[in-house]
Amino acid sequence: MSARPVDGDDGAMGALLEFDHLRVEVPTPVGPRPVLRSVSLSLFAGEAVGLVGESGSGKSMTARSVLGMLPGAATIGGAVRFRGTDISTLDATGLRRLRSRDVAMVFQDPRATVNPVRTIGDFLTEVLRERGMSRSAAVAVGAGILADIGVDDVPRRLKQRPYELSGGLLQRVVIAAALAGEPALILADEPTTALDVTTQEEVVAILDEQRRQRGTALLFISHDLELATAVCDRIAVMYAGEIVEILPAKSLHEDARHPYTKALLRARPGSVPPGERLQTVPGTPQSGIEAPSGCVFADRCPVAEADCRTTVPLLVGGVACHLEVP
Amino acid sequence: MIGFVGRKVAAMLGTVLVASFVIYGALYLAPGDPVALLAGGHEMSPAALAAIRSQYHLDDPFLVQYWRWLSGVLTGHLGDSLVFKEPVAHLIGARLLNTVLLVAYASLLILGVGVVSGIVAAVGGKIADTAVTVTTTVLMAAPAFVAAIVLIWIFATKLSWFPVYGSGTGFGDRIHHLTLPAVALSAGYLAYISRITRAEVRAELGSDHVVAARARGVRRAAILRKHVLRNAAAPVLAVSGITVAGLFAGTAIAEQAFGVSGLGSLLVQSAARQDLVVVQVLALLLVAAFVLVNMLVDVANAMLDPRLLRPREVG
Repeated sequence: MSARPVDGDDGAMGALLEFDHLRVEVPTPVGPRPVLRSVSLSLFAGEAVGLVGESGSGKSMTARSVLGMLPGAATIGGAVRFRGTDISTLDATGLRRLRSRDVAMVFQDPRATVNPVRTIGDFLTEVLRERGMSRSAAVAVGAGILADIGVDDVPRRLKQRPYELSGGLLQRVVIAAALAGEPALILADEPTTALDVTTQEEVVAILDEQRRQRGTALLFISHDLELATAVCDRIAVMYAGEIVEILPAKSLHEDARHPYTKALLRARPGSVPPGERLQTVPGTPQSGIEAPSGCVFADRCPVAEADCRTTVPLLVGGVACHLEVP
Repeated sequence: MIGFVGRKVAAMLGTVLVASFVIYGALYLAPGDPVALLAGGHEMSPAALAAIRSQYHLDDPFLVQYWRWLSGVLTGHLGDSLVFKEPVAHLIGARLLNTVLLVAYASLLILGVGVVSGIVAAVGGKIADTAVTVTTTVLMAAPAFVAAIVLIWIFATKLSWFPVYGSGTGFGDRIHHLTLPAVALSAGYLAYISRITRAEVRAELGSDHVVAARARGVRRAAILRKHVLRNAAAPVLAVSGITVAGLFAGTAIAEQAFGVSGLGSLLVQSAARQDLVVVQVLALLLVAAFVLVNMLVDVANAMLDPRLLRPREVG
């Protein structure tokens, strides 16, 4: 998996998933404003890419675009292609097929994701049943995956309802439901943010292990750099609706070139000796709507120059920064 | 589940008991002397008045009177009407069927038309939504007696589709007679349930678990049935239960306006003539019906959403 190209802006051939200068604008009282400015990224079969950035940087919006679930009023530029097919050209049936067979999504909060009044078994088998699988076969598949990921007492669990399960256990059920459809790609949108820290590790480990065994690609969205580096092959750093740097997870610390990535790395708890004040990224997080028109990070960048405010830097060689032209 | 039903039944009996005390106490304190009524407006000698008092046990302490009344009600001795000079059980028995039919008819309209129109407004697009919203606004603004007058004028006087007056005999004829009263009685509530349904369905449509179901590629019809309507059913049912239970009291207006001989009109007539014996029993009956319907709805709700079965916790 290390032989993958590091930059994804050239529309690599044979990619499973490709964001090609994806731009999403939403209407505001002062006219349409971009939530995503220009997102370019390729994911290959079996690869795990981490999408990291602060709240409001457009990570979830990027993930939703894969399923064709952007806000109805949004105008979309560029393209998202899955196996070479532009998602925006799919009709309702095509979209449903994509969502139920090819791409599965794991959301942040399992309590909100699973219908509270129906059983775990209903949730786990719903998509399989819709595909025409018999009830008993679907239950067997679901139960098998639950057992695989270390859930005990499976027959009882299938009859329980979400409120009877802990958050961690429920998120495992959500992951099991995602795996049950044997998708080629899993979109995990902050899958552990709603869980406590010890459960987080278990859930991420399960997701990591299962998707490796099955050769499923993963787009892992997180604001936790450590977590993303642990499970991903590559990390895409997002800021204000734009991917500002893409680099291999292994060499994140050594190879980071974008000032924002460097600032994020310095802001980790592990980067200062215990007892000292944590460093922060100066300024406040911006969304694509608020960011300046040149480089999106120019307002907060410690090394910004005049050119940075006027010209948009292109994502070349894995980094979008005027000061880092190779 | 059995424990849950047991708790609900116990709470229901407790409520009715407390209500019986409040009803008896309130009428005991109400101005007006039952003796004057019994005397029929005639001037009577103090001896005759005292005889009446002792005959009706009006000199006993309040609690003794209450206990005598309550044990009578519990053993089926409801007493005699002061005005009609007839056993209360006969008065009620003759009118009970009409009122039950009227309430059932109105309930069907409220649940059927109200819920369906609410769902249509929520998922049927802008035109359907506007049409339902305008209609329900008008219906909610019109009180039952106004609706009754308009209905009589259009459907009974002008079009002669329905009778103006009376209760009818036999099932089909009764239903024919009860149509306009049921419509008048249900209109406002129907609009209310329609609005509630629309709001609940809308809320479920936008909920995270429905978004997640869409993201999993579940068919639209299946999402609507299994995730939206299934989840909206519990709150709609809860509100409908209170509404239907309240209909028992609301029948008074519809029965009076359309000359239907039922419990509601009996209550109004008896209250106007200070027929305390009848009013007490009817009031207790209304409370019992209200509490019973509510209990049934609670049980139905718990079956729809088993989270309600567990004892309440903090958080």
